Amino acid sequence: MRTTDTSKMTFSKVAPGEGLKKALTMSPEEIIGLITESRLKGRGGAGFPTDLKWTLAAAVNDDLKYVVCNADEGEPGTFKDRVILTEFADLMFDGMTIGARAIGACKGIVYLRGEYTYLRSFLKNKLAERRKDGLLGKNVLGHEGFDFDIEIRMGAGAYICGEETALIESLEGQRGEPRNRPPFPVNTGFMGHPTIVNNVETFTWVPCIVTKGAKWFNDIGTERSTGLKLFSVSGDCGRHGVFEFPMGITIQELLEKVDGTGAKAVQAGGASGRCVPACDFGRTIAFEDVPTGGSIIVIGPDRDMLQVAGNFMEFFLDESCGQCTPCREGNAKLLEGIELLKAGRCSMKYLRELCKLGETMQLASKCGLGQSSPNAFLSIVTKFKDEIMGRTENVTSNA
Amino acid sequence: MLVSEREQLRANIEQRIKDYGNNRSALIPVLQEVQLKYGHVSEYVMQVVADILHIHPVEVYGVVSFYSFIGHKQKGRFVIRLCRTLSCDMQGKDRLARQLENDLGIRFGETTPDGNFTLEWANCLGMCDQGPALLVNERIYTQVTPETVHDILEECRTLFGVYALQEKETQCALPTPAK
Repeated sequence: MRTTDTSKMTFSKVAPGEGLKKALTMSPEEIIGLITESRLKGRGGAGFPTDLKWTLAAAVNDDLKYVVCNADEGEPGTFKDRVILTEFADLMFDGMTIGARAIGACKGIVYLRGEYTYLRSFLKNKLAERRKDGLLGKNVLGHEGFDFDIEIRMGAGAYICGEETALIESLEGQRGEPRNRPPFPVNTGFMGHPTIVNNVETFTWVPCIVTKGAKWFNDIGTERSTGLKLFSVSGDCGRHGVFEFPMGITIQELLEKVDGTGAKAVQAGGASGRCVPACDFGRTIAFEDVPTGGSIIVIGPDRDMLQVAGNFMEFFLDESCGQCTPCREGNAKLLEGIELLKAGRCSMKYLRELCKLGETMQLASKCGLGQSSPNAFLSIVTKFKDEIMGRTENVTSNA
Repeated sequence: MLVSEREQLRANIEQRIKDYGNNRSALIPVLQEVQLKYGHVSEYVMQVVADILHIHPVEVYGVVSFYSFIGHKQKGRFVIRLCRTLSCDMQGKDRLARQLENDLGIRFGETTPDGNFTLEWANCLGMCDQGPALLVNERIYTQVTPETVHDILEECRTLFGVYALQEKETQCALPTPAK
């Protein structure tokens, strides 16, 4: 069942250190120029252009800048970062160092989620080795004036800390509540200094792009979503694990590769993503169509869609930071609605009200969590109306 | 706690905060260390940390109550966190939950009377490809079956030599929940 085969991934074909060495012969502007040309977008799911983030941080005049790696991989169904951290940690650290060079940072922080504490000592040893090899510390690889070191900070079991401003709050010793933006972290980040926060996978692609060239990267994928992407596949399919596919792959193609054909739906993008029913399997996985941070949960024909929606709403109710009203109250209401639907006691009028509430949450919530938490509910309610309305109490569910 | 113990604890915390650079960003790492060592963050610790960092104790409480891996309530020596998110749910986490409750004689959110085990839910442990998964303190177990639950608990009991105290295994299976 478990078929993660990392030997075929691009990451295993790029030698650690190679990209970093090459990048250090380039000027910071050239590095950012290369990333611009590759059109690399954030691999955490939001798809923000990496080069833009870096350009903004590089433009600020400050002696102290930070590079933060977001390893708070909490999205349900996502585990690609776990595989990268165990198999390609050096490549990721290379990426962070290149990022530091590009924006002029001297300090890096890996924010590792509390659930991955078992990886901490392994990563610490890796960092110690890098210091010994001159890849970290004073004058990295003999480049006069380029000092950079990385430390690891642990999360403490809060999904919301995957949001970049909440992550920074957490690093500063605060409750992990997202900040108002602007100001953006690129000019007022950790401790008030310019900070770039990028996903583990984003950093790992950087040395690959430097080594293989921007053209290699942007030849793959679609116009607005270039390159390759790691997908975490789980659920009702023959092959679970992490797979590398080009952006712009259709869901049908993906399912064929993981022996998941015949599925009823696919939850793309985890709990905050959308549920795609079988009739839409022709759609592509790309930032402009069905976006995902890599989470693909295949839902088989025997599953109860209300069970799926209910599971996600319980998750959000638990993980909402409670700071803003639409998210704190809205998630509770949506979950109540699901309970009503399960019992077959929800009127069409009330369901419409709930959908409106969901849309309000998408508009009025402060951060990405509240804005995306109704996605699964709304897509399931609209696409699977036949299945969820008018249930009699003893309806057969899966199990 | 003895006065001397308190003084020792205060000195230790002072030292650790200093190691982390004497500013607020030391707060969470220090609380995590306290949590690891004592199984909870007591009011006394919150007061001490607040004094050293020159912040109000309520600020510290705010942080302690926010994060699910740090808490005011005393937890067991082994904290078992079972993943309840969709992929693990689809791979049979409910049966596992029932078996854990049976073998430990407690429900989720509770700690065994001997203070050895706490049972909790977790949100996605990142092991969706090998579910159902559970975390025992820092250690991850994957593809757990109701049958292997017993082995995992047994492993915990022998690990820290509490086996001697645990001769009589909890016999009481819980009655079916009223719901």
